Amino acid sequence: MTTTELPRFKRGRAPLLGLVTLIILVAGAMAGLLAVPADALQGEVQRLMYVHVPAAWLAMLAFFVVFVMSVLYLIQRDPRWDLIAVSSAEIGIVFTALTLVLGSLWGKPTWGVWWTWDPRLTTTAIMLMIYVGYLVVRSFAEDPEKRARWSAIIGIVGFVDVPIVYLSVLWWRTLHQPPSSPRSMAGEFVYVLLLNVAAFTFLYAYLMVRRYRLAVAERQLEELRLSREDRGGR
Amino acid sequence: MNGSLALRTWAILWKDMLVELRTKQSFSAMVFFAALVLFLFGFAIGPDPATLSRLGGGLLWIAIAFTGMLSLGRTFQSEEVAGGLDGLRMYPGEIRAIYLGKLLANFVLLILLEIVLVPVAAVLLQLEPWGRFPLFVGITLLGTFGFSVIGTFYASLTQHLRARELMLPLLLFPALVPVFLGAVNATTLALAGDPLDRIGGWVRLLISFDVIFFVVCVWIYPLVLEE
Repeated sequence: MTTTELPRFKRGRAPLLGLVTLIILVAGAMAGLLAVPADALQGEVQRLMYVHVPAAWLAMLAFFVVFVMSVLYLIQRDPRWDLIAVSSAEIGIVFTALTLVLGSLWGKPTWGVWWTWDPRLTTTAIMLMIYVGYLVVRSFAEDPEKRARWSAIIGIVGFVDVPIVYLSVLWWRTLHQPPSSPRSMAGEFVYVLLLNVAAFTFLYAYLMVRRYRLAVAERQLEELRLSREDRGGR
Repeated sequence: MNGSLALRTWAILWKDMLVELRTKQSFSAMVFFAALVLFLFGFAIGPDPATLSRLGGGLLWIAIAFTGMLSLGRTFQSEEVAGGLDGLRMYPGEIRAIYLGKLLANFVLLILLEIVLVPVAAVLLQLEPWGRFPLFVGITLLGTFGFSVIGTFYASLTQHLRARELMLPLLLFPALVPVFLGAVNATTLALAGDPLDRIGGWVRLLISFDVIFFVVCVWIYPLVLEE
């Protein structure tokens, strides 16, 4: 096992990014709650869209980053890619769970049920399980190199699987309203949604910086422990 | 090179089959476990023949998946005795042959299980697979192959993990959702009749899944076994 030089972020950048993120998040929330009228059919509950859709977008972005970092890791074997991948996977899982909870809260008043076997809902739940598997494998692998390699493989196979899962569940059933897209909405709703998507993208960047630093620290601690065991144990 | 890959794959398949033939351990246990699962379904669902035969396709595949899961775990554990896997790895040539051989061994073992299980299920669950039997067989082969492709891959990946008995199903079942949906729906349509001709879509889904994951798994398998 090689002790690789693990980089640190320069101090001072993250709080600034956090401040910008907070401002855009507050602006997005206020725009979603106050600036636009409630939906004509669904009423106030439709405002959930301004967090539900961005949360789903953030989860997809996070898992795409896991995929890219997994490929990069397997090619270059740089532990940094692995640490970025696990940071992104954790954030992705949190926001996938948030997407499901928000969708459930939205589903109860509009569809009348907390859960329905709709393609995107079901796929999102399966996606959550795939990436929880990714994290749990990591916690059961002791050697850092093997842990990185095995989880990178799961990151790739899982990412390839998600669209096929979606397709299969789509054939199985459908009930979800068509995806909220610029074409299905009036202009002002689009701007507010895009503002919230931007806010969540900043939030992702901020959480990634924080989580990545933590991952680097965890990894350095692990290296220290391992080297102490090597000296003391044998 | 391709000749040697096929030969090595064949050698590993032959070795595993021979071990199975000599010991007969896992196969007989698998058959009884699968039959036991069918009985549990009967107890859980009740003896109503109409309900049982309506759910038959799904029940059959759950029995196959659970039983297959148990045998998958053994695939690579059996190589841990006396450094078996290291021995396999040291032979010259493509390391992919280990995956392909184990994949085929799992596939053959599951097919043998199904040959016993399907008649039993037909009796217990009041199924009628004989009407469109070639179609039924084709669907079963495609579903079993997809299961074996991903299953063997993850069995190898989780082999050295702590709590691997827990990790294998946790990784495998979410990944298998398309195979499961495709196999269950196609089987149900093949059993109950297919007035709207929807079976073709499910068969194509199974074929696509099998091809995509066969290529992906064969391609990246050397990374799994790397030391």
